[in-house]
Amino acid sequence: MRLIKLIPEDTKIPFMGARLVTFPISMVLVATSLILMAVFGLNYGIDFAGGTVVEVRSHVSPADLHDIRSRLSAIGLGEMQVQGFGTPDDVLIRFGEQPGGELAQQAAVAKVKATLGEAFDYRRVEVVGPRVSADLRRDGAIAVVVALALVLVYLWFRFEWQFAVGAVLTTIHDIVLTLGLLSATQISFDLTAIAAILTIVGYSLNDTVVIYDRIRENLRKYKKMPLPELIDGAINQTLTRTIRTSTTTFLAVSALLIFGGEALRGFNFTMLCGIVIGTYSSIIISAPLLIFLRLRTGGGAPGEDKGDAEKTGPAKPGAPRKPAGASA
Amino acid sequence: MLHFPRWKIWLIVASCVASLLFLVPNFVGRDTLASMPGWLPHRQLTLGLDLQGGAHLMLEVDTQAMIKERLEVLRDDVRRVLREDRVGYTGIGIQGTTVQVRIPDQAQIEKAATKLATIPQSLSDTVFSGARIVDVEIARDEGGLFRLSLTKPGLDYRTRRVVEQSMEVVRRRVDQLGTTEPIIARQGGTRLLVQVPGLQDIERLKDLLRQTARLTFHMVEGVGPQALGENRSSDTDVLYTRDNPPVPVLIQKRAMLTGEELVDAQASFSSQSSEPVVSFRFNTSGAQKFAQVTQQAVGRPFAIVLDKDVISYPVIREPILGGSGQISGSFSVQSANDLALLLRAGALPADLTIVEERTVGPGLGADSIAAGKLAAGVGTVLVVLYMIGNYGLLGIFADIAVVINIMMLMAILSVLQATLTLPGIAGIVLTIGMAVDANVLIYERIREEQKLGRSPISSIDAGFSRALGTIIDSNLTTLIAAVVMFLLGSGPIKGFAVTLGIGILTTLFTAITVTRLMVAMWLKRFRPTRIPI
Repeated sequence: MRLIKLIPEDTKIPFMGARLVTFPISMVLVATSLILMAVFGLNYGIDFAGGTVVEVRSHVSPADLHDIRSRLSAIGLGEMQVQGFGTPDDVLIRFGEQPGGELAQQAAVAKVKATLGEAFDYRRVEVVGPRVSADLRRDGAIAVVVALALVLVYLWFRFEWQFAVGAVLTTIHDIVLTLGLLSATQISFDLTAIAAILTIVGYSLNDTVVIYDRIRENLRKYKKMPLPELIDGAINQTLTRTIRTSTTTFLAVSALLIFGGEALRGFNFTMLCGIVIGTYSSIIISAPLLIFLRLRTGGGAPGEDKGDAEKTGPAKPGAPRKPAGASA
Repeated sequence: MLHFPRWKIWLIVASCVASLLFLVPNFVGRDTLASMPGWLPHRQLTLGLDLQGGAHLMLEVDTQAMIKERLEVLRDDVRRVLREDRVGYTGIGIQGTTVQVRIPDQAQIEKAATKLATIPQSLSDTVFSGARIVDVEIARDEGGLFRLSLTKPGLDYRTRRVVEQSMEVVRRRVDQLGTTEPIIARQGGTRLLVQVPGLQDIERLKDLLRQTARLTFHMVEGVGPQALGENRSSDTDVLYTRDNPPVPVLIQKRAMLTGEELVDAQASFSSQSSEPVVSFRFNTSGAQKFAQVTQQAVGRPFAIVLDKDVISYPVIREPILGGSGQISGSFSVQSANDLALLLRAGALPADLTIVEERTVGPGLGADSIAAGKLAAGVGTVLVVLYMIGNYGLLGIFADIAVVINIMMLMAILSVLQATLTLPGIAGIVLTIGMAVDANVLIYERIREEQKLGRSPISSIDAGFSRALGTIIDSNLTTLIAAVVMFLLGSGPIKGFAVTLGIGILTTLFTAITVTRLMVAMWLKRFRPTRIPI
């Protein structure tokens, strides 16, 4: 059987040499993401910001957004978003928390229903009060931190500390870039986005772990090989599988994004971005990072390994990440 | 790695067949399911509210009011015991969760101390260890200042009681709606979760849950603005009717009777005006009290008060001895029905606030299921084709394993009666994509080993054994994320975490056993000289 070879096998791409280019790129991306988040922030959904979302389907096709907007703005519930949602008949109405707490919020929903009347199907109503949104914010933050901590502990047991730190730095890089994208696109950031980020934490590590496993294996096999060369070899040997495993997941999630409906669009988009970013960082960031973390072979590191690492490593943008006292 | 003892083969086959059996109930209708023999599995996947439509409400029990009320009772108790013994006091007041009072007369301090010491109650904590809890702590200083504080254990105990009682009342009210399988559960300290699948009239449910439904009967001192004279006694109170404009009614504060003594309430029609009314019946002691009161007050009006609103204030025409009566008050059929329902279910011990509401109509739920199915179908086809394209025959093995994997995942979800949510469907589709990853890891390793010049058997053997550690490592990180989501996430996220987590476990199982078995059998049967990857 003739098999498709989309990805060339047995590549010899000099990833380690390229890190002088790719690392600064990643740094810029991380910085851009942080700036985006600082300037535009995340578009918090009602889960975290509190407020109300009403999804209606108009009995008249297509829904008259302009008319809905003008009628709703007349009832004075503060700033109101009215936008199309999926099909031309579906409209998503969102407004913020009302002064006067939970009771006022409930009254606001009743007002919207009374204003729009019987011409619509109320397909979904979600009201999140200030107490609940505060709890969800806290729980979401705890979940991300706990997940990261647990993964770190797991990797610590499984690998030498440099691997663990490298993997977690890579994961943080992925999270920051994903958040940056969410900030740039202003896609609603809600509970499912946290789920997507946690999944990315787990998933992006898959590829990293595969590469690290191979580096560790090679460290035992080729005791004399200089570290950059060894890491390059490991990345190239695992490149096909890294790309292929990501592709399968990418395909499944694209199906979700295209056909899975409007409700999970944010989740699926976040996942898809996360997969791409995670794959990129596993190949480009995670392994070269080990050099900066001064990974050394087994018990007695050959002098030239360390020397080489030091020659190419220092004074580059990645250098500040070097933990103090990593080697004598 | 490639030798399978016979029992292992049977075990693997048996687990696949069992999955299929446990999966079947999801594809047959409820009627067919009921007629199936009893030994066959009957459990179906439970659909989350976002898929089948329904209402999700989070209610917060207002314990602040309960604490405030407790403090007022405590203050009144202090007053009462001191007055009983004619102990002079000054500066009685509430501060935080403390009532303080000063005894100016040095000679009376000891007497006051003994009297005040009778106030704390010892509550028996049946929930935890049966330890005794004291609800009030007394501290005093040299100057005769007494501070009576509500203790934390005592407050916790009472909070728990109030939340439990509220839950019971909410359960009775929701049960009366006659919907199938509502879920009512405690969430955290003071919250109640109410989930009613398939409910259409959410506003009615909210109305029913928002009302405290405390029904009381009071003697009326006067009606209308002219009744609100200046020299009102402190034993009276002004409440208003629900009319437009509201009519003020001057009532005696003390209730003659309360709704607690009702045994039944039903909506019916008045025999005179054929308007909807609510008929009620008191229990024996309530009936006696009612008879006594009405005997003494023939010709005077009494007020029927619901949650501080006067529903009606009829004049007692004759003593009511039978213990039953009617409430009329311009009801519609629906509102009479609802009031009867509320009275049957009893009053809430505290106010409830709706702090979160998520309602999904049945149309959206059905659309979500359809979209989920389509996405899962397309995702599977893409992944299956990709694997065949990359690995040929071995790709087909992997694809069969993925199908078995998804079957097992759904079967386990059915057996566990886990709730399938929209994110849960996403978790399944994600599993489809991630499940073949294990196969990719194995096959790539096999390819590598073969290139190093190993024989097919040897490279396959090495491929499976060497990839195993990596597979476990890489899946464990996702499993950790899934567990964290399950423990810390709410509703829909939990649904996602469940499918993702179980999906990882089934993936590990199928990759290690099912694919390996298929590859081993193929090797044995065809003895290929080269592996086509």
